[in-house]
Amino acid sequence: QLEHGRALHTAARDGLSSVSAQDVPAERPRAVFHTSESDPAKHTEQHEGRLYDIPLEEVKAVFPHGLPYRFQQQIQTFNEARVMVRRPALELLAYLKGSNLAHPAVRYVIYGERGTGKTMTLCHVVHYCSRQGWLVLHVPDAHLWVKNCKELLQSSYNKDRLDQPLQASAWLRNFKTSNERFLQEIKTQKKYMWGKRESTEEGRPLGEVVEQGLARVRSASDAVGVVLRELRQQSHRGSFRLLVAVDGVNALWGRTTLRKEDKSPVSPEELTLVHNLRKVVRNDWSGGAIVTTLSQTGSLFKPSSAYTPHELLGKEGFDALDPFVPIPVTNYSPKEFESCYGYYLERKWLQHEKAHTEDGKAELQFLSGSNPRQLDRLAGPL
Amino acid sequence: LRLICTTTAVQKKNVGASGPEKYTEAFIKKQIEEFNLGKRHLANMMGEDPETFTQEDIDRAIAYLFPSGLFDKQARPMMKHPTEIFPEQRKIQWGEDGRPFHFLFYTGKQSYYSLMHETYEKLLNVQKHQDQMIAQDLPPQKEKRNLAGSRWLTKIELEEMLLEKLSDDDYSRFIKLLEKLVALPCADTEEDYIRKFSKEVPMQLQKVVVEPLQYDEQGVAFSTGEGKRKTARATAVVYDNGTGKITVNGTDILHYFPVLQDREQLMFPFQFLGRIGKHDMVCTVSGGGRSAQAGAIRLASAKALRSFVTEKEVEFMRQAGLLTVDPRVKERKKPGQEGSRRKFTWKKR
Repeated sequence: QLEHGRALHTAARDGLSSVSAQDVPAERPRAVFHTSESDPAKHTEQHEGRLYDIPLEEVKAVFPHGLPYRFQQQIQTFNEARVMVRRPALELLAYLKGSNLAHPAVRYVIYGERGTGKTMTLCHVVHYCSRQGWLVLHVPDAHLWVKNCKELLQSSYNKDRLDQPLQASAWLRNFKTSNERFLQEIKTQKKYMWGKRESTEEGRPLGEVVEQGLARVRSASDAVGVVLRELRQQSHRGSFRLLVAVDGVNALWGRTTLRKEDKSPVSPEELTLVHNLRKVVRNDWSGGAIVTTLSQTGSLFKPSSAYTPHELLGKEGFDALDPFVPIPVTNYSPKEFESCYGYYLERKWLQHEKAHTEDGKAELQFLSGSNPRQLDRLAGPL
Repeated sequence: LRLICTTTAVQKKNVGASGPEKYTEAFIKKQIEEFNLGKRHLANMMGEDPETFTQEDIDRAIAYLFPSGLFDKQARPMMKHPTEIFPEQRKIQWGEDGRPFHFLFYTGKQSYYSLMHETYEKLLNVQKHQDQMIAQDLPPQKEKRNLAGSRWLTKIELEEMLLEKLSDDDYSRFIKLLEKLVALPCADTEEDYIRKFSKEVPMQLQKVVVEPLQYDEQGVAFSTGEGKRKTARATAVVYDNGTGKITVNGTDILHYFPVLQDREQLMFPFQFLGRIGKHDMVCTVSGGGRSAQAGAIRLASAKALRSFVTEKEVEFMRQAGLLTVDPRVKERKKPGQEGSRRKFTWKKR
């Protein structure tokens, strides 16, 4: 009678695990949680709550840097990448499908409490767009650019600004991996000088700019700026569609923890990367979409209970991003919870005996509050 | 030459060897007279009627006339009847010629042995009576004594009664003799004698009343409970037909208790009864820290759940410790120590 079933702590990775695509022969009832639809373009409401598989090669190509850390660990453990199809993502996909590319880019802001799956929704959308052949400009976490920067160089282009060579070069490398084929197609429209001796002529493929940035790390931030500018200006032509995916966009308008040599704080405008990114996120260009996420976990100087756009962006950011389409992300619905739980059981991630019982499931649901991240952390030790 | 002869006054008597002071009967009587006179004087002083002046009035008057700030009540000035102040002692047991009054004086425990003799005499009487009844062919009536509601005197009480020290062995022998007496069928005749050595035990199980369910406007059943732990106080309202949502002070438990341990504590009563997803709860809590608040809410919710559940399950909950108030509180810091238990660092020099 005295049940102390606290056995149910499953170390689930960040909740949104992708369900592998299995054909739905109902030999096992758990197969209901998976769908065979590997293409996000074909996901509809009937796939809601189910997990779909992304082949590992695609993962490496499309997401060199975008997935949450715990999810990457889960991919390694389970040897497959499964993403859950959830309503906010479906909503976004519907908007994207119906958007008119001739109009200025629409901004979507994904917001929600901590650990509800905003980054995963963003990744879902990025996957869809890359499948559709869009050019994806994915900034994994804008907060990385405003804190913990070891090297700050004074920008050669503009005396007031500061460069961040390390972050810029890392991002350029990942950008190259994800968008190889576009880099050959798109040509520069202007001549750019990288210092006294090096320059890139007009009409050269964008790949060269990227190479330049990777080779000469000092000018990497400028290279990033050039890339963003070119993409912005050429997207309206229609040869490619541009998706700007920024995670943690509230970093662009907050404060930074960086200091100059004279110990005075650095404001975000003084950083080249941030400055250029802000220009991209403005909706003065057409031919694509801007999907952003707010993030409290990496944000600086914001209380942990803040999750609405107004609180996290501040007045400045809100005005800059206004108008946008807000997309709230919430905790798991009962159906989604069931499918996540079923997935863990199936992959034998929940080892504890009690985890297999109904009581165990109820306990997990209670303790995690149907929050994906909590469920992930709970399921870990089990 | 030094003076060798000494006076008796110089020779100190060994005071401790003679034992506690023995009061003579005359002394006690004199004290009682003085007390009564003093009582009347005090009544006159206070302007009350001397005839109806009770002990409580005396205490109040003394406290008024001699106020004292001492913490120990026994140390303050008091005026009580001499029998309460002077411990009851055995008076001197022998006369002027040195011959003791009681025939068992030289056993050392005269009253104990005389008691044993008396009791045995009663036993023999009862047995004789029983034989008579059998001889007259009357079946001996045995009335059941109410053994459940009475107990024998404890050793300390017996010592007080006999005014002399007993050993455990003596006490157990006496009790065995009493039991033997009681076991005989015709012991009713000696009922009065036995009653001197038994006491009533007031047996009253405190039954905790379980409140019935209340119903609110929509007809949903709910019940309330209160709980506390350390300095935290919590009230919980548990609603039926729920989804397992819990709100604390207006916020969800995931936000109010980010630590898993607290949430587990909240979950415990529901999980124990197997009703995790069936009830909603709204609670308010104040005071204490994170753990204390969790414990307080747990107690409150367990108390509220009693109304929804059968008596047997209430008993199980009680045995599981869900319904008991945790008595542990912060221990006081003592002077001369750094904390409540930790002493200062011991330095050798």
